[in-house]
Amino acid sequence: MNGNASQLEIADESRTSSPSRVAENQVAPPPVSYWLQVLKRLARNKTAMFGAVILLVFTIGCASAPLIAPYPIDEMNFKDRLMAPGSAHLLGTDDFGRDIFSRLLYGGRISLLTGLVTVTVASLIGVTLGVIAGYYRKVELYIMQVMDILLALPALLLAIAIIAVLGPGLTNAMIAIVIAVIPSYVRVVRAQVLSIREKEYIEAVRALGIRDRVILVKHILPNILSPIIVLMTLQFGTSILAAAALSFLGLGAQPPAPEWGAMVYVGKAFLGQAWWMSIFPGLAIMLVVLGFNLLGDGLRDALDPK
Amino acid sequence: MNDALLVVEDLKTYFPLKKGLFGQKTGEIRAVDGVSFHLRQGETLGIVGESGCGKSTTGRSILQLVRPSAGSVRFGGEELVSMPPAKLRGMRNQMQIIFQDPYASLNPRLTISTILAEALSVGEKGANPTEMRERVLALLQLVGLNPNHADRYPHEFSGGQRQRIGIARAIAARPKLIVADEPVSALDVSIQAQILNLLQDLQEELGLTYLFISHDLGVIKHISDRIAVMYLGRIVEIADKRRLFEQPMHPYTQALMSAVPIPNPNQKKERIVLGGDVPSPANPPAGCAFHPRCAQAMEICRRVRPQELEIEREHFVACHLYGSSEKER
Repeated sequence: MNGNASQLEIADESRTSSPSRVAENQVAPPPVSYWLQVLKRLARNKTAMFGAVILLVFTIGCASAPLIAPYPIDEMNFKDRLMAPGSAHLLGTDDFGRDIFSRLLYGGRISLLTGLVTVTVASLIGVTLGVIAGYYRKVELYIMQVMDILLALPALLLAIAIIAVLGPGLTNAMIAIVIAVIPSYVRVVRAQVLSIREKEYIEAVRALGIRDRVILVKHILPNILSPIIVLMTLQFGTSILAAAALSFLGLGAQPPAPEWGAMVYVGKAFLGQAWWMSIFPGLAIMLVVLGFNLLGDGLRDALDPK
Repeated sequence: MNDALLVVEDLKTYFPLKKGLFGQKTGEIRAVDGVSFHLRQGETLGIVGESGCGKSTTGRSILQLVRPSAGSVRFGGEELVSMPPAKLRGMRNQMQIIFQDPYASLNPRLTISTILAEALSVGEKGANPTEMRERVLALLQLVGLNPNHADRYPHEFSGGQRQRIGIARAIAARPKLIVADEPVSALDVSIQAQILNLLQDLQEELGLTYLFISHDLGVIKHISDRIAVMYLGRIVEIADKRRLFEQPMHPYTQALMSAVPIPNPNQKKERIVLGGDVPSPANPPAGCAFHPRCAQAMEICRRVRPQELEIEREHFVACHLYGSSEKER
């Protein structure tokens, strides 16, 4: 190793100092998994944990709705219509005497499922398009022009326009939301890929003759995962809000489905006499969206400890 | 030249300057502007020059990591510039690169063994996991790292250690040629010597050929057999190491050499200080690119680009001071 180091003038001084060599052999303590560290940082973040608790309560409540719900969602009881919150009906009843609490639990299933489906589909399509746009400069212009056109329109307005073509209904509302939020994934992912693809470790695997497919999946994707996860979490809330808004406008889930947005809409007509019909579903929407936003913000901090 | 592993002829790499919505070409950066040299099996050619003179782009163009605009790169008799990408991919393992920044050249999300196994699998296909593991460990040992650290992530290593990993990755593919792009510039001086010696040991052991790029004359002098001096995308002088240091011919080389410190405080020497800055490669001067800063510039230097002239065996200079153009003085 140090056979002919003396030929090198610049190294002469330092060869006598052994500490540098010792330091070279020191290594950091055994590896702690990256994701474990992220979880630890997240757990220390109180607001993020508050968001997580909200979401956990809602998820468990909605998942076990058949066990918890005191009444069936469509059981009408005209004797008890427009009853204020009380012991018989925890959150009151609506204009058909249906139990609001039960309907909220079942409606949450629709909302959470809407969020899950739209986020999954939109992120799959968006990430794929973003990676292609970022890595292959030849198609970048075409993809990004389309995305810019979509972004130029307000998401909700775009969704309404799409539903105008497809017709109202929960499935079409989800399709509309997916199309409306894809551009935000594409933009984020493309920007990330653009910065990663110029890194020397990508050049190194290109120099090895590794195929583009492998480079994208094995080397680029893991390095852009953090912002994608943050975006997905935040979009979860946005999608639920958008779905509720569309239902409120009568374009999404149709009554008598206990969708939160639809419930707020129905309750609007009775706001003077039975405020609980609109307020509680509205509160549910707010809390879930708040939960996702708090968790998303916390995740962003945990994934990017700077 | 028959025993040459690599022959580069009139290599040009221009980067277009684009503007506007549809990316109209408004000009070009002439990063590499007509570079020619050859490299024999087992030798080390050092490329030295200021930052921005096209050293790195030359290295990357040879490896086709940046596709050249014109010229010829023949590697083992095969023309690389016009080679289709699919065929080129099959040849890539024969020529590898070591990067300057050991902090940017390793994927932070992969363990060292994953990084090295990928490189090994390119050089030799079809090894089973146990064999692969053994080879990774052997490779780590070869570059002076502890095999027990194979499953660690890059951020757990120091700069020198990472550079060793980068070297291990380069030799894993069993290359013939390695382009070392400033492999020690980012390291402490004490570590530099270790890495340079490692490179020399590996060269002897594996019969490697190096194209060694650096701006550090001390490092270049230590490792090279021959040295090429670059200025603004062109090679101005190329010669045997000893000849170049003892008798630099090109005014730019002379200025460079005068800047090398001599470890003797009593010895006086004259320093040639160049005025001005390196011109922009987007708008290089006409004629000899060096003429605006050259103390010995003549009329012809402003008009005619000097050709490379072999003034003695294996000593090429591109300057109007020498050879046929001397008469016009």
